[in-house]
Amino acid sequence: MRRAVGALLRKDLRLELRTRESVPAMVLFSLGTFVLFHFALHRDDVDGDLAAGILWVTLLFAAVLGINRLFVAEREEGGFDGFLLAPVDRTALFVAKAALLFGFLALVEVAVVAAFSILLLGPSPWGALPGLAVVLALADAGLAVVGTLVGALAVQTRARDLLVPLLAIPLSLPLVIAGSRATSPLLAPAGAEALEARWLLILGLYDLVFGLLAYAIFDFLLEE
Amino acid sequence: MFGRGLKPLSLLTAALMTGAFALVFFYAPNDADQGFIQKIFYLHVPLAIVSLCGFVAGGVFGIRFLQTGDRLHDLRSYVCIHLSLILAVGALVTGSIWARAAWGHWWVWDEPTLVSFLIVFLLYACYQPLRFSIEDSERQARYAAVFSIIAGAFVPLNFMAVRAAQSLAHPRVLSTTGGNMPGSMFFTFLVSLAGMTCLFVTLWKYELASKHAGMQLRALRRRLLAGDDDGWVPAARRSAAPQL
Repeated sequence: MRRAVGALLRKDLRLELRTRESVPAMVLFSLGTFVLFHFALHRDDVDGDLAAGILWVTLLFAAVLGINRLFVAEREEGGFDGFLLAPVDRTALFVAKAALLFGFLALVEVAVVAAFSILLLGPSPWGALPGLAVVLALADAGLAVVGTLVGALAVQTRARDLLVPLLAIPLSLPLVIAGSRATSPLLAPAGAEALEARWLLILGLYDLVFGLLAYAIFDFLLEE
Repeated sequence: MFGRGLKPLSLLTAALMTGAFALVFFYAPNDADQGFIQKIFYLHVPLAIVSLCGFVAGGVFGIRFLQTGDRLHDLRSYVCIHLSLILAVGALVTGSIWARAAWGHWWVWDEPTLVSFLIVFLLYACYQPLRFSIEDSERQARYAAVFSIIAGAFVPLNFMAVRAAQSLAHPRVLSTTGGNMPGSMFFTFLVSLAGMTCLFVTLWKYELASKHAGMQLRALRRRLLAGDDDGWVPAARRSAAPQL
């Protein structure tokens, strides 16, 4: 299992290094969205609730972009068939793809949070960074799990580009609720305030429930 | 096969629904704060509860389908979700009317139950597009089951997250547990809930019977036409509904 996951991850990372399809697109999209928010809201800098909302909406849409691309190579180049022929546990594909999506999201967030604090954020971001890292890591885990499920579900349908956002946005709503509520005191105008534990609890519970669920039912999305 | 017991069930449903409406209009007292409009509660809350239970039941039938591979479970899950969606529209509309009458706005964001309900509705609204965009009927059933399980688990989680997001809970005139309801109101509510549950089960059985009969008819016609010399067999129409 560990070797299979490692091999799949190496394959996907090599693919990304050669084509540079997902991460640069997600980062560019996020930068474009920040510019859009600047003009749409007519604000030079934001803080508190508004800052948390902009950050989370941007990240969620960027994640949807990444989820859309997640299984495209598998489908178009026959990767599913190759994987099904290999004598390995099918959950390995789920673990590898979720880990890959988690890595992509973390990379994108490093760039996006830096750009956000330069372009739009009013208060200094340094005090918020540790708390923000915890919240983002928990939310990324949930997004990675749900994104992998939705991506695998949608890639075999005819309307896949339509279905991914339609399914992923309602499903990730609890993450956005908890994430933005947890982030908004961190970005308060007078400097970072304390994190509220209950939001971390909700994020953790979401990760746990959907992690176990995905682990149990992902196999059914692969059978031929 | 699905028609058994339909007649007594239909009669029971009709009796319960009539009884519930009679109780609502002639027995239950008017609410002290809201007056007559509060009686929409006896329609709105059962609609919402039954449709949520229907969504979860769709997920349970989804699990059964993945376990056994029996296509009838897929049909049951499909009909559950299909009917629940219709009830959910009813719950959203009645909730909106109630909000307008009680608080003066068609939509209130600080009523957590209503907001969670909208999110659940948006998610399940994708169920039929998902089914429709998969051509292979075996894969359609499998993917729909996976969706129904994910979405069924999402329902309680979503309610928790939205409830937690309301910093101060809206003063609730009526708690659905009946904790602070006078006995006559609670009794009326229970009868309405029982009536709505029976209505759901009856409609569910009717739709199952109709879908099943339609499929058998199509199979028979195909066999009949296959005997002809220039036997042209009509292909089954592609649809979101399961094919056996």
